[in-house]
Formats: sequence, structure tokens, C-alpha cells
Amino acid sequence: MLNIKNIHAQVGDNKILKGLNLDIKPGEVHAIMGPNGAGKSTLGNVLAGMEKVEVTEGSVDFLGKNLLDLEIEQRAAEGIFLAFQYPVEIPGVNNMYFLRAALNAQRKYRGEKEMNSSEFLKLVRTKIKQMSMRDDLLRRPVNEGFSGGEKKRNEIFQMSILAPKLAILDETDSGLDIDALKIVADGVNQLRDDNRSFIVITHYQRLLDYIVPDYVHVLADGKIVRSGDKSLAIELEKTGYGWLED
Amino acid sequence: MPEQIKTSEQENAEVHKRIEQTYKDGFVTDIESDTFPPGLNEEVIRAISAKKEEPQWLLDWRLKAYAKWLTMEQPNWAKLKIPPIDFNAISYYSSPKSNENAPETIDDVDPKLLETYAKLGVPLHEQEILAGVKTRKTPVAVDVVFDSVSVTTTFKKELKKAGVIFCSFSEAVKDHPDLVKQYLGKVVPIGDNYFSALNAAVFSDGSFVYIPKNTRCPMELSTYFRINEMNTGQFERTMIIADDGAEVSYLEGCTAPMRDENQLHAAVVELFILNDAKIKYSTVQNWYPGDENGKGGIFNFVTKRAACNGVNAKVSWTQVETGSAITWKYPSCILRGDNSRGEFYSVALTNNYQQADTGTKMIHLGKNTKSTIISKGISAGKSHNTYRGLVRISKRAEGARNHTQCDSLLIGKNCGAHTFPYIESANSTAQLEHEATTSKISEDQLFYCKQRGISEEDATSMIVDGFCKEVFKELPMEFAVEAKALLDISLEGAVG
Ligand SMILES: Nc1ncnc2c1ncn2[C@@H]1O[C@H](COP(=O)(O)OP(=O)(O)OP(=O)(O)O)[C@@H](O)[C@H]1O
Ligand SMILES: [Mg+2]
Repeated sequence: MLNIKNIHAQVGDNKILKGLNLDIKPGEVHAIMGPNGAGKSTLGNVLAGMEKVEVTEGSVDFLGKNLLDLEIEQRAAEGIFLAFQYPVEIPGVNNMYFLRAALNAQRKYRGEKEMNSSEFLKLVRTKIKQMSMRDDLLRRPVNEGFSGGEKKRNEIFQMSILAPKLAILDETDSGLDIDALKIVADGVNQLRDDNRSFIVITHYQRLLDYIVPDYVHVLADGKIVRSGDKSLAIELEKTGYGWLED
Repeated sequence: MPEQIKTSEQENAEVHKRIEQTYKDGFVTDIESDTFPPGLNEEVIRAISAKKEEPQWLLDWRLKAYAKWLTMEQPNWAKLKIPPIDFNAISYYSSPKSNENAPETIDDVDPKLLETYAKLGVPLHEQEILAGVKTRKTPVAVDVVFDSVSVTTTFKKELKKAGVIFCSFSEAVKDHPDLVKQYLGKVVPIGDNYFSALNAAVFSDGSFVYIPKNTRCPMELSTYFRINEMNTGQFERTMIIADDGAEVSYLEGCTAPMRDENQLHAAVVELFILNDAKIKYSTVQNWYPGDENGKGGIFNFVTKRAACNGVNAKVSWTQVETGSAITWKYPSCILRGDNSRGEFYSVALTNNYQQADTGTKMIHLGKNTKSTIISKGISAGKSHNTYRGLVRISKRAEGARNHTQCDSLLIGKNCGAHTFPYIESANSTAQLEHEATTSKISEDQLFYCKQRGISEEDATSMIVDGFCKEVFKELPMEFAVEAKALLDISLEGAVG
């Protein structure tokens, strides 16, 4: 579903990704770990299409399309979802309104019928239960004044409504309390199916107890330097990244 | 002469077509007009007064204003670059010929004018309006002013039943001279400022409203101002009086054709609010702003002031300013009555080369008077947007309170936002709060929205709407919808 070949990417003169390869099949969950500043968020940004990040080499194929040729919002409508490491606040813009606008923009792009507000409300009600979201958060402006954990949960809530084909979760577990961690993991697990894939960026193997990955990769200095199964995460927990120096 | 005008308008048609998408009300109504030749002198003032068959006292008042104006200079303290205005190049009176024998009912109004208002979306047929009520719209009575004259005023009879007077200013001078005489110039004196003095000398039409004691006006009132004729200025004068315990909500809208020349609009609005009375005054200002290179557009130099003379009197100004090449406007509140309240809610958006210097004055004279100021300035393109506000607490204004919040939003890198809050307090019991913020639509916000599938344009409009929310919620429902749409249109081309 996603095939990243030899991606080189930079911001200004700062080379961040240096020949990264990754192949993800439908239904797979790939965890990406690695030291601070390795380029994990940058990988997410490259896939989402952030303009600031310039791709100088390599290709990305997503469901048969050349992803790098698409605009940000086209990629979203094609099924790419990025749960941000630092979700931004949009003052005064109601969360529900925002989410419906997003969903309908995507549906329109895909040639599907737009959802009216009652259909949308129904969808929200079911998801809100699954996610144990406080519904007052939905009536508030997007992320404005949300606590760190609330913002992360809101990202996953948005994901569950938008039902993407490939979701990239960038440290969604950071800042979550234990209960919230389980709820977020539940949210992800409910969406898991044979056609939907996940890239889970995390620093802690704890999350991977709940969202069990098919593969674990170590991203360091702009490249995937090691890949393995879940046991790699457990090993990293013990060894840290000191071995990268050798 | 009319030949010439036409060709120059045709020449610009190409350019205009491009702007047309962003300023949809920029068409010209091809109608025969009785227009004074350009120029300003005593003769012109006498002629205006004669056209309107005014009493001598009013002519004297005009002439006094003119004499005063001649001694005054154009103010230059605002953060505005105003090109020199040749006051002798402007025509001070223009009326559609068909309007000469003041149409009695809507059926007597020139179809071309009716068509104009239909195109502008201003409903004039009472039956149709009333039929619409069942489906969605609340009826709004409207006075339509075309260049220098009022064309028609709807629902007059209905309103009369409730004792409400709603008519053009010229009619009020004829039919209610005592009221006009009692209040004229009482809150904006003749010599208040350069443009108000000019208006006092040459004002043509505007609306007049009187709400009798303990009466809540049965419907919303509105005036729609339209400048059509070339090289004319519009100098309207509006007066609203809310007697003891009265209540009214009044709306005002305005548009003008797209032209490469600047046109002057210098209005005066006087509001009088007596004991326990309330006036809610809302404006959606959409004068032609000029093209993307800053050519043409209306100079909107307006003096609006409310006198809360009574105890517990309340006034609220809500304005959405998207139009005009230059806006110079400070709707103010004189809080004379004890416990009286003044509110000012403003959204001012400037794009391209537009300039706005706008804000309010809250003058606290009575005890326990309260004022609220919420100002949202949005600057895009190469525009400049200034908030200028004064809060003055007089010595005897025991327990006065003000809350001011001034937020600026910048779109792009070439625009400017400025805030000048002035505070003068002569009473130590006053409580004054001031908050100010400046923000940008950040790349991160846009990236976030786009990642969710929302286009940059929609994201921008969403963020701007969110920014203006506190002001929009003060507008009557339908106006709020219109204001939102207007912001979106005015922002077109501001992103990307
Ligand atoms: N917009 C930017 N401008 C300049 N440098 C950037 C920018 N974005 C990322 N970088 C740099 O690129 C490198 C990789 O950043 P990235 O955010 O991808 O790391 P990360 O692996 O996600 O780290 P963390 O675990 O701390 O989240 C860092 O050195 C960072 O400073
Ligand atoms: Mg990161």
C-alpha cells in the first residue's frame, strides 16, 4: 500500500532524511522508534506533504499513486492521516464544525455524497462512545485550551471519524495517562483491519503492548537502521540507542 | 457629457470583470439623474435646501456649518494616507429623475431602481417579505437611499400603528420638524470635526427613526445606502431617538459601483437613548474597496455617536467593515445617564491597498456606567488596519467600568496592524481592563487543516470566522450570515 524508496528530504540546508526505505502492506502496523531528532516526525511530514520539507530524491507510492505529486489535502482525501505530535489550536473554530468540514471535503474529493449534519451527528455519537471522549470537548474550539492528553485523544477521535487508509501516529502516547493510553490504543485497534495500515511513532514500548505491531523499525540519522518484530522494541527498552554509536 | 462617462466605464470593463468576482455589487444602474454640477459654495447649499423644500432654520443651520467648515482643516492624526480631495470636483446632489415626484408606494418606484435593489438582494416588496416570514426570514423594514435621495421606505404603515416613525430624513424635516429640531446636532455638533461639518452643510438624505415611550419596535429597521452616480459624494444623515423604555434594532448596509476614481462618503449618525431605552445599531459596510492595485474605492469618513442620556440607557454598535478604500470611523458612546451602557463590537477587514483607522470612544460621565469594546482587525495584502479607541472616565463617573479587547490577525507578510488605545481616567474607583493580541494565521494551522482535507481557502476563511466569532454573534442572524460571506469574498486572493 505504501512503498517508500530511498527518500532524501531536507529543510533549508538541513538534510534530515538520508535514503529511507519502507514498505507497508495493507493491514500492517509498523512501529517506528529512534532517538530524538532522528527524523521520525519529518517522515510523517513528508508523507503528509508539508511544504517546508523538500524531498530531493526518492519516491513514494501510495495505493498505486505517486504520493509526492499530490497536494496536502489530496493526500488526506486519498486516505493519509497524520496524528500530530503537537496538534495546533484553531481559536474560535468549533471542533465539530471543523471535523465535518474536513470529512465533507474529503468525501467531495472522492466523489461521495456530503454528509448532512444529522448523519454526521449520528456518526459522532457512536465514535464518541467508543473513544470515551468528553462531548464538551467537541463543542469547544479545535484544541483551544485542551490539555496535552486531550489534544492527543482528539487526534484519534478525528482519525476514527475520517477513517483513513494509512494513519501515522506521531507520539500519540506521549502525555497520556494510563487510562487514556488504553482508550487511544482501543481506538486504533478498533480501526485495524485488513485494508488499513498504521505507522506508529513512539519512544515507549509500553504502547506496543496495546497496539501490537507487525514490525518495529529503528530510525536513526535519517535512515531505517534496524527492523524486527515486537521483540526489538523490548530490546531497545533495555539497551537504549547507545549501540548506534558503534 | 453622459457619452463620455459611458466610454470611460467601458474602457475599464475588462479590469472590472476580474474584480467583479470579489466585489459582486459593483454594477452601475443606467438611470437618468438630476445631478448638480461639481462644486461647493453657498449657492450649492441653498440649492440642496431648496430641492428639499426645507424651512429657513435648517438652511441657516447648513450655512452656519459651511462657514465653520471653511475655517477647518482636514484631520491628519489618523494612520492613513489620504490623497488630497478636491471638494470642488464633487457633485453634492444627485437624484434619479424618476424619483422627482416622491413615489407614494412601491408601485410608483422606477422599475430600474427596483431591479437594482433586487440585484443587491434588498427586498422591497412587503407582500413578498411577509410571505417569506413563514419560511425563514424575519421581516425587516427598509429605507433605501440612492445617491442623495430616499427612494422608498417599507412597512411605514405597520410601524405607524405601533407609533414608530420610520422615514427618510427629508420627510422627517417636513412631518416632524419639532423632533428634528430638538435633536439635530445635539450629539455631533456642527463643528465637531471637518467631515461632520461638511456633512452638516451639504447632507442630503438618510433615515429618521423615533420609537415612542415603552415601545419595542415590532420589526427590525434598516437602511440600504447605494452610491450610483459618477463623481458624486454621499452625505447622509441618520437620526434615531429611543424614548423612555423604547427598544429598536437597526441595520445599515451599503454598496457602490466599481470605479477608478475615489468617491467620498461622509455620513453623520446621531443616536439618542433615553431612560431604560435600548438601541442596537449594526452595520455591514461594503463600499467598493478599490481594485487590487489600490485604484478607486470609496473614502468612508463617518461620524457616528450615541448619547445615552437616560438612566439605564443602553447602546450597542456592531460593525463589520470590509469595504472602502479608506475608512475613518469611530462610533462612540456618551454615557451620561447613570448605569448606562455602551458596547462596540467591530470586525474590520482590509485587503490589497485598503486602509482602515477605526475604533470607538467611550465617554463615561454617569455613575456606574459600563462599556465593552471588542475589536477584531484583519489585515491582508498590503493593507493597513488600525484600531484607535478612547476610554474616558470623568470625575463624577463613580464605579465606571470598561473592558477592552483588541485582537489583530495578519494574513501574509506585507500588511500592518496597529493599536492605539487611549485611556483617561479622572476617577480612581473606575475599573479598566485592556487586552490586546496580534496573531497570524500560522503555516502550522494551515498545514493542520489541509492535512485533514480542507483547502487553504476554506481553512483561511474558517480561521477568520473563528477569530471574528465574538462580534458575529452580536449581529442579527441574517446579517451574520451575510457578514461571513462578505469576509470570505473580501479575502479572495489574500491567500496563496
Ligand atoms: N522546520 C524545521 N526547520 C529546521 N530544522 C528542522 C525542521 N523540522 C525538523 N528539523 C530538524 O530535523 C531533525 C529531525 O526532526 P524530527 O522532528 O523529524 O525528529 P524526531 O525524530 O521526530 O524527534 P523527536 O523524537 O524529538 O520527536 C531535527 O534535528 C530537527 O531539528
Ligand atoms: Mg518527532
